[in-house]
Amino acid sequence: MAQKRLGKQTIKLSNPPSMLAAAAVVGPKEGEGPLSAYFDMIQKDDYFGQDSWEKAESKFVEEAVKRAISKSGVSITAIDYMLAGDLLNQIISSSFAARNLEIPYLGVYGACSTMAESLSIGSMIIDGGYADHIICATSSHFSSAERQYRFPLEQGVQRPPYAQWTVTGSGATMLSATGNGPYITHVTTGKVVDFGIKDANNMGAAMAPAAVDTITAHFKETGRSPGYYDLIVTGDLATVGKEIALELLKKEGLDLQNNYNDCGCMIFDNIKQDTHSGGSGCGCSASVLNGYLFNQLKHCELNRILFVATGALLSPISAWQGESIPCIAHAVAIETKPSEVK
Amino acid sequence: MKTKMSPNEYEKFIKDKVPKPKLFTNCLKAFVVGGLICDIGQFINNSLEGMKLNPEQVAAGTAIILVFLGAFFTGLGIYDKLGKFAGAGSIVPITGFSNSIVSPAMEFKREGYVFGVGARMFTIAGPVLVYGISTSVVIGIIHLLFFK
Repeated sequence: MAQKRLGKQTIKLSNPPSMLAAAAVVGPKEGEGPLSAYFDMIQKDDYFGQDSWEKAESKFVEEAVKRAISKSGVSITAIDYMLAGDLLNQIISSSFAARNLEIPYLGVYGACSTMAESLSIGSMIIDGGYADHIICATSSHFSSAERQYRFPLEQGVQRPPYAQWTVTGSGATMLSATGNGPYITHVTTGKVVDFGIKDANNMGAAMAPAAVDTITAHFKETGRSPGYYDLIVTGDLATVGKEIALELLKKEGLDLQNNYNDCGCMIFDNIKQDTHSGGSGCGCSASVLNGYLFNQLKHCELNRILFVATGALLSPISAWQGESIPCIAHAVAIETKPSEVK
Repeated sequence: MKTKMSPNEYEKFIKDKVPKPKLFTNCLKAFVVGGLICDIGQFINNSLEGMKLNPEQVAAGTAIILVFLGAFFTGLGIYDKLGKFAGAGSIVPITGFSNSIVSPAMEFKREGYVFGVGARMFTIAGPVLVYGISTSVVIGIIHLLFFK
């Protein structure tokens, strides 16, 4: 087996890349949520001064990337790769943002798992010695996602109580070969898991098995136990999916009751903000990671976290054709001290 | 992961973990709001009758005014809030039909008047029109053959 592989899905980075800087830029609704103090910028206008939702989303990406770059102090010309993706068809938000940045660009797609996917690939590139600085980013926008996946905004429809609210926002992380952490130490790449859910409103239930599959593989292959981490955080399972994930994890013999949370449950106050089950979208895990969690890691309030972003790999067409929803979850272990060599 | 479940088993497993829509309160809200919209329609109907229009003109006039009101409140951004509250109560009346045409027209204006407004306007109402008109043709033929 390749030297750095611990198992079928997990690798250990022997030169763990450091998260040099992170930035989260969010829309007005997110800015009214419980994590508002941790975002770099709260854009009051969800059009971001643009004339379409798609352009607005692209602007969110651009702003987050620029802020992460300027916080890192790295010159834009010294960045080797930009890894980014989003939910819109042909990942236009990311590619259009990259158009203005002139950084070698690799588009990635993992639906709402894209933040963890870009961090995984970025870490491997740095660990492999192919780059010094990589910017990883992703975004989502409530209005652009609604019009692509669901109904026109002005249409009078009722959302079921288990529906989720797509986060308007973007998060960007600057990975570096050198730095003082937090470090990305392990990467567990998810498999596509499908338990047969067809209701595109029921994302939490669809994605929970994928999250559980990846978390189980991570613990099995690293030999770590759930207690090792201060926090295990999934991307956007929201209230409904979180509860299902906990039950499934218990069936797998993992008790995460005390140190598990979900970004979709953290970003909104569901009752006050009328977001039903909670937040979703690439921007959900991205803004919580690059806003709140990065801050906690920097101040050593959290020292070891397992970030498990979850994605539903459906398309509007597959949903119309009555297909079930394949899902994926990617995990990255982020630690303030690089773990000791075994 | 060791756990393997068939779609049916998983459906059963999550059943009590997924909150259900509040059927009774939703029905009650739909009934009240739908009823009020119909009251407005009846009021318009009676007013037009009072203007000495013939029954056909009254029916057409009522529909036109209600469709206008549906479109107007969609444009003001009020109808979607009503729909969120009332559900079927504001979807079923003719004002809801108007909302289902105006809302995509507004949404896709950015893609231009041909590929946006023109092409997308009937994405939601289209199926209703297709099957509504088809049904009326079939009923019309039955009427012609058996009841004339």
